[in-house]
Amino acid sequence: MPHFPKPAEGSWTEHYPELGTSPVSYDDSISPEFYELEREAIFARTWLNVGRMEQLPKVGSFFTKEIDSARTSIVVVRASDDEVRAFHNICRHRGNKLVWQDYPGEETSGTCRQFTCKYHAWRYSLNGDLTFVQQESEFFDLDKADYPLASVQVEVWEGFIFVNLDPSNTTPLREYLGELGKGIAGYPFHELTQVHKYRAEVGSNWKLFIDAFAEFYHAPVLHAKQAVAEESRKLVGRGYEALAYEIDGPHGMVSSWGGMAPPKDPSMVKPIEQKLRSGLFGPWDAPDIGLDELPPGLNPAQHKAWGLDSYVFFPNFMLLIWKPNWVLTYHYWPTSYNTHIFEGTCYFAPPKNARERLAQELAVVTFKEYALQDGNTLEATQTMLESSTPVKTFPLGDQEVLLRHLHHTARRYVSEYQQQQQPAKTPVRA
Amino acid sequence: MPTAPLSLPTEFADLDPFANWALPSERERYAKRLASTMDELQSFYDAAFPRLEAAMTYLEQFSMDALPDDAKHLLWLYCALVTVSFPVEVWRQPRVPDSGASTFDAILEPAI
Ligand code: FES
Ligand SMILES: [Fe+2]
Repeated sequence: MPHFPKPAEGSWTEHYPELGTSPVSYDDSISPEFYELEREAIFARTWLNVGRMEQLPKVGSFFTKEIDSARTSIVVVRASDDEVRAFHNICRHRGNKLVWQDYPGEETSGTCRQFTCKYHAWRYSLNGDLTFVQQESEFFDLDKADYPLASVQVEVWEGFIFVNLDPSNTTPLREYLGELGKGIAGYPFHELTQVHKYRAEVGSNWKLFIDAFAEFYHAPVLHAKQAVAEESRKLVGRGYEALAYEIDGPHGMVSSWGGMAPPKDPSMVKPIEQKLRSGLFGPWDAPDIGLDELPPGLNPAQHKAWGLDSYVFFPNFMLLIWKPNWVLTYHYWPTSYNTHIFEGTCYFAPPKNARERLAQELAVVTFKEYALQDGNTLEATQTMLESSTPVKTFPLGDQEVLLRHLHHTARRYVSEYQQQQQPAKTPVRA
Repeated sequence: MPTAPLSLPTEFADLDPFANWALPSERERYAKRLASTMDELQSFYDAAFPRLEAAMTYLEQFSMDALPDDAKHLLWLYCALVTVSFPVEVWRQPRVPDSGASTFDAILEPAI
């Protein structure tokens, strides 16, 4: 007996008929060949979130981002006209990586007046113009105007900086983010400047970790040992149902109840949570962030038990907006078909005192402990998916509709790309 | 070699034996938890938890950007109480169950 109403079709999945309801193959997560296609079809062509405006507080502030899945490294900078610009992180002279510190493979950030190559000291302005060539007279007909840094399309949505590595892309970011992006525009993300960021190298295909975070079906089971015993038994008994799911183009969202912030009965939660008034769902006492009314996209079911909305912006950016006025983001940066870097970032309003700081600490560390369990499970899944077992397709339930949609979308991008590349050939099956 | 424990406010001298939990970063607090026995975690928790409310009340008299050093140390120690609360209150082991060798490391956290 469902606790929350489903669409007229009888299920969330059937509400989106292109998804089908049959068991799903995970061949798209265990194939080096399919991953190579994803790099071209997805990561080299879609809008990717690489950071927030708060990382570029003033003219000259910059950060680099390694995007192995699109075979590049980029540098993102606040240029002299105060606009955000992005460039491929390569020197026009002989191809040295332009911006790095000590270890060329590691991301870096800072503030500078110009970029100077470590190799032969060619210099570039913050706008990417080549401004200085060491021993310029030694070169042949060199016009510096012909050698600016290779620029990358960059756009900012609600303070989130996105790049698109396809120079021929004509889809503006806002249009790409579609109705789901539009529905949360205006949320005061810029007030949430207290940032805790975590990173893990995970031994699984990037989509498997999105799978793990795009459903809460696993939560009462996999994370059972996180809660007090009696509450944990109740949660497993009840299972998990979302308030609503929405899918628009390549993106999706799940809206969830959030009964634990604060819980109905304090004995439902651990002593530290009772004392600090915080836990997995965040600090219970929401700070004032000037949010008089929720943006129209949040809590689409208009349910009074609403706790959070979790967005999957294709391909690799998840955004969770929690009722007690904080935000969590996930990024999944593939490094091979069966490895990726996972980043989880918590954004809070700056704490006014130690009590608020400790409540935030508990929320952050709780998230970390859950993520450790999630990450470990993924490696176990990846290994078995890659094994020679005869088990090849998997039934996905209605609470897993976003996973079905994610894999469907990845396959669609790949097959559309293949059709564009080789109209004559039949697509390689994943 | 263990370094000399940091000073705590005199009102919290009873926590001096646990001042080596006053560590400035989550990474260090987590590493110390993993390197501790359940008995060690339990005795720190048993000493610090009952003083949590008093510590928060004490610390609340300062704004976050004007914490005196000893107050800062106390706040670090209570961040460590958060870190050890998980094994003590629920898991009965220093590492979260079913997490194998997986890691998830802080790469950015607000300094206290
Ligand atoms: S490669 Fe950059 S100056 Fe030579
Ligand atoms: Fe999980």
